[in-house]
Amino acid sequence: MNDSEDLTTAASEGAAEDEGEAPVSKGNTLLDGAGGTILMFFIFGFVASLVVGWVIFPKLLYSKKKQPIDFNHALHVELSEEGCVSCHYFRADGSFSGVPKLAECIECHEEVNGSDPEEEKFVAQYVATETEVPWLIYSKQPPCVFFSHAAHVTMGKMDCVACHGHIGESTESRVYEANRLTGYSRDIWGKNMAGLKKNSWDRMKMNDCAGCHATRAAFGTETGAQGSITRQLKEAAGVVFPSARTVDKGSSVQTQKDACFVCHK
Amino acid sequence: MKIDRRSFLSFVVGGAAGTALSPLPWKMTDDLAIWSQNWPWTPDPPNGEVAFVNSACTLCPGGCGITVRKIEDRAVKIEGMKGHPVNDGGICILGLSGLQMLYGPTRVQTPLKRVGSRGEGKWQKISWDKAISEVLAKLTDLRKAGKAHTVSAISGSDRGTVANLLDRFLNAYGSPNFIRTPSIRDTYELTLHMMQGVQASAGFDVENASLILSFGSGIIEGWGSPVRMFKANSRLKKTGGKVIQVDSRLSKTAAKSDKWVPIKPGTEAALALGIAHVIIKESRYNKDFVKNYAFGFNDWADSSGNLQKGFKTLVIESYSPKKVAEITGVDKAVIEALARTFALASKPLAICGRGQGKTPGSISEFMAVHALNALVGNINKQGGIWAVPEPDYIDWPRVEMDAMASAGIQKGRLDSAASDRYPDTQYLLNRFVENIRSGKPYGIEALFIDGANPLYTLPDTKETKAALEKIPFIVSFASYMDETTENADLILPNHAYLERYEDVPQPGGFQKPIISLTRPVVSPQFDTRHLGDVILLLAKGLGGTVSKAFPWNSYEDCLEATLGDSLDVLLKKGYWTDDRFTPPGWKKAFDTKSSKFEFAVQNQNDAGNKTLMPGFEFVKPEGDAGSFPLILVPYDSMRLANGFVGDTPFMIKTVEDTVLKGNDCFVEINPKTAREIRLSEGKPARLETPKGSATVRVHLSESVGPGMIALPRGLGHTAYDDYLAGKGVNTNDLIGPVPDPITGLDAAWGIRAKLSKA
Repeated sequence: MNDSEDLTTAASEGAAEDEGEAPVSKGNTLLDGAGGTILMFFIFGFVASLVVGWVIFPKLLYSKKKQPIDFNHALHVELSEEGCVSCHYFRADGSFSGVPKLAECIECHEEVNGSDPEEEKFVAQYVATETEVPWLIYSKQPPCVFFSHAAHVTMGKMDCVACHGHIGESTESRVYEANRLTGYSRDIWGKNMAGLKKNSWDRMKMNDCAGCHATRAAFGTETGAQGSITRQLKEAAGVVFPSARTVDKGSSVQTQKDACFVCHK
Repeated sequence: MKIDRRSFLSFVVGGAAGTALSPLPWKMTDDLAIWSQNWPWTPDPPNGEVAFVNSACTLCPGGCGITVRKIEDRAVKIEGMKGHPVNDGGICILGLSGLQMLYGPTRVQTPLKRVGSRGEGKWQKISWDKAISEVLAKLTDLRKAGKAHTVSAISGSDRGTVANLLDRFLNAYGSPNFIRTPSIRDTYELTLHMMQGVQASAGFDVENASLILSFGSGIIEGWGSPVRMFKANSRLKKTGGKVIQVDSRLSKTAAKSDKWVPIKPGTEAALALGIAHVIIKESRYNKDFVKNYAFGFNDWADSSGNLQKGFKTLVIESYSPKKVAEITGVDKAVIEALARTFALASKPLAICGRGQGKTPGSISEFMAVHALNALVGNINKQGGIWAVPEPDYIDWPRVEMDAMASAGIQKGRLDSAASDRYPDTQYLLNRFVENIRSGKPYGIEALFIDGANPLYTLPDTKETKAALEKIPFIVSFASYMDETTENADLILPNHAYLERYEDVPQPGGFQKPIISLTRPVVSPQFDTRHLGDVILLLAKGLGGTVSKAFPWNSYEDCLEATLGDSLDVLLKKGYWTDDRFTPPGWKKAFDTKSSKFEFAVQNQNDAGNKTLMPGFEFVKPEGDAGSFPLILVPYDSMRLANGFVGDTPFMIKTVEDTVLKGNDCFVEINPKTAREIRLSEGKPARLETPKGSATVRVHLSESVGPGMIALPRGLGHTAYDDYLAGKGVNTNDLIGPVPDPITGLDAAWGIRAKLSKA
């Protein structure tokens, strides 16, 4: 509050000088009537903008979209033999297939198998007409971002959950919140507007890549003798004094570099 | 409560503080950054399954194998095919940017019929059925009127199934007028035909040569098969081989060579003979070859017993280094040193054909250079020049001709190729154009164009245009809207090369028999049809013997029947080659009258039975020295495509500022010349020749001698897209053909010109 007090004082003093008027009251403290009004307006503005920023802005920024078909991941995972990779597989050349194409869905859903109305809708609208389902992809990144699933999953032995969360256990498609400005999902920034996260999959921004990579790179170079606290301290030091960095040479495991071009082609 | 200025300011300050503590500014900043990357013109590479398709490039006669990277159904990158015998993974700038031809705006998307006047650019979209029936109606009428011979075709190639189908169609229909666009291939074929008595194309074993003596050939500027030559050149550098470049301009090849021999333009043959003089005089030639396998080296007696001068006497008498130095401007000592270097090299090879070899050139010059190869005995030897037999896989039954067809064929070719006048020449496009213009001996009523853009590539554009204007019916099969196609009456667009099957035999200058396969990388993007299928449809429509000559249901059917088992190899590997091919040894190599290599060619059935020998006959540039004091010489560059396709947008962006700036192109002139005509760097100038005039800008450079003007080829297009049209000057607007007296082929290397302040 001290800051704002100074500000109000300064503002009122400045105003007084500009107009060449005598101060309204001698003391001009917060307890004065005029000072109270000013403070009240300050609080009005402060609170209103907080409400706009935290409540209204997110509502305006994101539109809510429904997936074309309500997809039950849990059911599919249960029926498939190999879990996630049954549908989200690696191609022969090592590239990642991403969201399955209609051709893959048709392998099982050429005709309606069950009694789910969503499946009926899927067969009638897409299978029968041979049109691709316009799935909304929660994890879609801008085209300038280069990300190799093979490097992380096949070589790095990472679990799908680490970035994508427990989507495999969902029984219905949650609402897709599209950023009206960028077109990407809210999942990238994270649900939390402040950018705070509890789980590794809560956010998919560059810092999340960098954070994990800093740790992983340290894993790669250290002998295991160092405790995690030591490592984190060293990391922290590395952030403040990048030139003095000792633990990791760079955030890319492959190139040992921090260069932008590693991810931004 | 009073709301005054203070309380308002306080509200604003509070609002600012609150906003700073809310996510709004930070989130907006981040989002705006991402938003700015999502503008619609920012390329967004598609995501999806990656596939690679092996095919062959047909944008030039280089015959490179290509591997096209696809993502889903879209081709995204063209690369050289690894392991392909011609280019082994390499690719040129034109081949690399071929996707801009495939997906670019210059594609002809449907059959089009002209509705405005010629060249006006007013077209009506018509259906394929209508387009075919229009052509058929015209062809039927002409045939009925006994004018079958007035139908002609200009093709970029005469090899491979598509060109052969077109040729066969004309044959069955009754026209002898199938014409291939000219290049040094014509002259080299004639050189081998005359001196060695073979019907073969010249193959250069550059990979194994230790010294290349190039008479103006742009080894790294697109001569022969461009990528292969680049690789061969690099290989020479690595293995300690040498390149000597005889060139009137400091070309890129000259700049990268081990020795540049600047020479007066058009006098290269004299230098070759001067070198021969020194080699013979110093007895440095291959005695075994000259003595046992060559004819006409020494003086010889003809059939009537008269003594004729041999090659030795000719060069000793007429081409002493002193005299050659006067003709060529090359120092006497340099000539002698060149001769010794050439003769002493373990595997020397002399090549010719200026720049990319688009102009056929003078036969006596080619013979003079070929004589050098004979002197060092590198004919059909490792690292030498090989006679590569014509591909013979197309073995279709003879065309059965009806009376109308025979009558048409008997009228003889309009270009007088293979006639008494030019007995050995196969095609003479320049003469063809000239004779259309004069209407003698007959006019042309219909013209088909495939893989050629004569209105841009033929010297003397004005003459070519006037000739085309005299043809009432022009059909273009082009995939792209080029200059000639713009002036056609009907366009029946072929699939682009990345959308079709086609066999690509024998690239220019390659020393082993090879066939590559062009195959569809993507499905046809527009309403186009394979030319092969169109020819089959036309034949079927004409019926009778014409239809009978084409027993195939579709082009693919024809390709399968023609190639037989080789097709499986082609489909699997992308190419077929005879690895073990070696040309016949000297004993069996020559099929001349003497059964030897002939320095003096006796088998001329020309009137007077004159003997033809290598020689130097200066091809005089057109124009008189009084009004045109300077000499204009065009030059080639890898960054400027000047064949039947023009530069892609990607390529044009790579052209230097001293060649093209905005829409202005630069001529190179020597600073001395510039001082004489009072022009300084970058200034606009008027370039005039007997054939036309243009505005250019000048670039002062020591790369050309005084009195010379060098103008880049490949600019001055009027067709294609905004990236190419209207940029610079077409050299063919300014230069006319000069027919070689023996072959009739264009031998012009330049033209007289005048440069003045604009």
